[in-house]
Amino acid sequence: MRKFLNNKGFARIFHFRIQRWYFKPQHISEGILKIMMIASFIIVAGSLGLILYTVILKGLPSLNIAMITQIPKGGYYLGKEGGILNAILGSLYLATGGTLIALIISIPIALYLEIYAGHTFWSDLIRLSLDVMWGIPSIVYGAFGFTIMIALGMRASLLAGILVLSLLELPIMTRAIDEVMRLIPVELEQASFAVGANRFETATKVVIRQVLPGLVTAILLAFGRGIGDAASVLFTAGYTDRIPTSILEPVASLPLAVFFQLSTPYPEVQNRAYASALILTIIILIISLLSRWISGKLSKNVIK
Amino acid sequence: MPVNPQKNSPRSKSDKLVRWSFLATTTLPFLIVVVVIIVLIIKTLPILQYQSIWQLLTGRSWHPTKGEFGFYPFITGTFWVTFVAMILAVPPCLLTAIYLVEYAHASTRAFMKPLLDLLSGIPSVVYGVWGMIAIVPWVQKVIAPFFNKWLGFIPFFAVNNPTGFSILSGSIVLAVMVVPLIIAVSYEVMHAVPDGLREASMAIGATKWQTIRKCVIPKALPGIIAATVLGFSRAFGETMAVLMVVGNVPKVPGSIFDPAYPLTALIANNYGEMLSIPLYDAALLGAALVLLLIVLVFNVLSALVLIHIVGRPAR
Repeated sequence: MRKFLNNKGFARIFHFRIQRWYFKPQHISEGILKIMMIASFIIVAGSLGLILYTVILKGLPSLNIAMITQIPKGGYYLGKEGGILNAILGSLYLATGGTLIALIISIPIALYLEIYAGHTFWSDLIRLSLDVMWGIPSIVYGAFGFTIMIALGMRASLLAGILVLSLLELPIMTRAIDEVMRLIPVELEQASFAVGANRFETATKVVIRQVLPGLVTAILLAFGRGIGDAASVLFTAGYTDRIPTSILEPVASLPLAVFFQLSTPYPEVQNRAYASALILTIIILIISLLSRWISGKLSKNVIK
Repeated sequence: MPVNPQKNSPRSKSDKLVRWSFLATTTLPFLIVVVVIIVLIIKTLPILQYQSIWQLLTGRSWHPTKGEFGFYPFITGTFWVTFVAMILAVPPCLLTAIYLVEYAHASTRAFMKPLLDLLSGIPSVVYGVWGMIAIVPWVQKVIAPFFNKWLGFIPFFAVNNPTGFSILSGSIVLAVMVVPLIIAVSYEVMHAVPDGLREASMAIGATKWQTIRKCVIPKALPGIIAATVLGFSRAFGETMAVLMVVGNVPKVPGSIFDPAYPLTALIANNYGEMLSIPLYDAALLGAALVLLLIVLVFNVLSALVLIHIVGRPAR
């Protein structure tokens, strides 16, 4: 048994050889724990596989070209013709808008924290606030946004959805940019100061270039979070079967499309919910791969 | 005083201008947190004038049309789901993190990193779909009968609910959702333990596991607790995935196979259509406030601990 396990791939994959000395009493607990660790590792890695497997298995049969090229037609929610183009485009609009606003706000914050503020009480307070913002459940943002909308007399719209999503994405993006900025060698900044650049010039001409790969990763991370979040846009963006033509119209989104189709009693529509979930997962996968690829490409220009 | 010859040059002026505009932007996150809290408090006030905080938090009946607002079933529902999720998630997460830090090949680590990133990027609604397709039937057909047969006499495991939409289903889904976060943070914390400690322990003849148990874990313990708290607060505020699998029955649960109705699901299901009933929106925003304050406390505590250990709040 021992020989078999050690010869085969097991030892190679897990870097784990069952050795004779494991059977001495003082090493038994080590062996048991190691087996438990490997088991947990397999459970954790397996659960992702299981999720992808389930979503693909259920979603693939109902996925067709009409799903992604058509908007819902009459009786769509009773199982008739149509697709969820409105939700796909709506989600892209929402996430793009939210990401842009979050980006415009987060770059100055990250630059200020890194270049201007140094390590002070103020910068710690801001980082803590960002962490708190990160922790606030998206449903609370949604309820907060809806309260503000009522107070202003606004109706559910693309604009409101974008604003709430930007609240959600801001801490994710800022912290991600902040993390990469910390990795910049101090000498690089000092060299820039030494040749007479002021802080703003250093920020825009040295630091930003240096963090470009990390910046792209941060943008795509926030974008992915924005596309996937349902609770915050539930009240603020509304839901519609049309593709919006102005930012004051309500807009559909993919997570809500999944949710609403799943809560109908018709199996055909529920199958479409599985297909919509698959589309959403594919978009997230693409974003994840894209961010790896782009940051790999851009990191060639980074001075280590 | 040294005189700066460039003090009034255009470049220096623009630097100053940028500095102030950046500073103004930097106050935003702090302001947003404060504004959210204040708005929620103001909006909750009407219901606090109608009944006391104590009545609101411990009231057991929820009939908005009759003017009865009790959060007790929802708060207990939230805590049950979250606690069971943490019990399921924490041990495998810690073992995996220890494995990754202490034993695993560099190639295993390189494989695990993108996997965890991906797992944390999957939208909660997809987790919810997965829960409805895979976990709910599994709990209904496999887990519940098994527990009913062998452990049904313990009230905690009693099966009174024939559907699989239960606390356990919600907890399993939540547990999988918080796994990437807990592993990432506890990995970071254990990675920060200096190698010298490990070497010293090994040098006096301790085995690898003894080193981990006696040196690495005690040193990393506050960080591990912070990771757990962070996962807890993430699970606490999760809405969509839980909403889809937990059953949504406003009753105080007594067993992990009972349905529950978490605070987040309460807001998501009812908000938007509550305007016609008096005090309903105040009650729901009160629920949001309770959620926010609990998460806030947990987050601040774990962030403070992590700043102390890793030098920055880890994510």
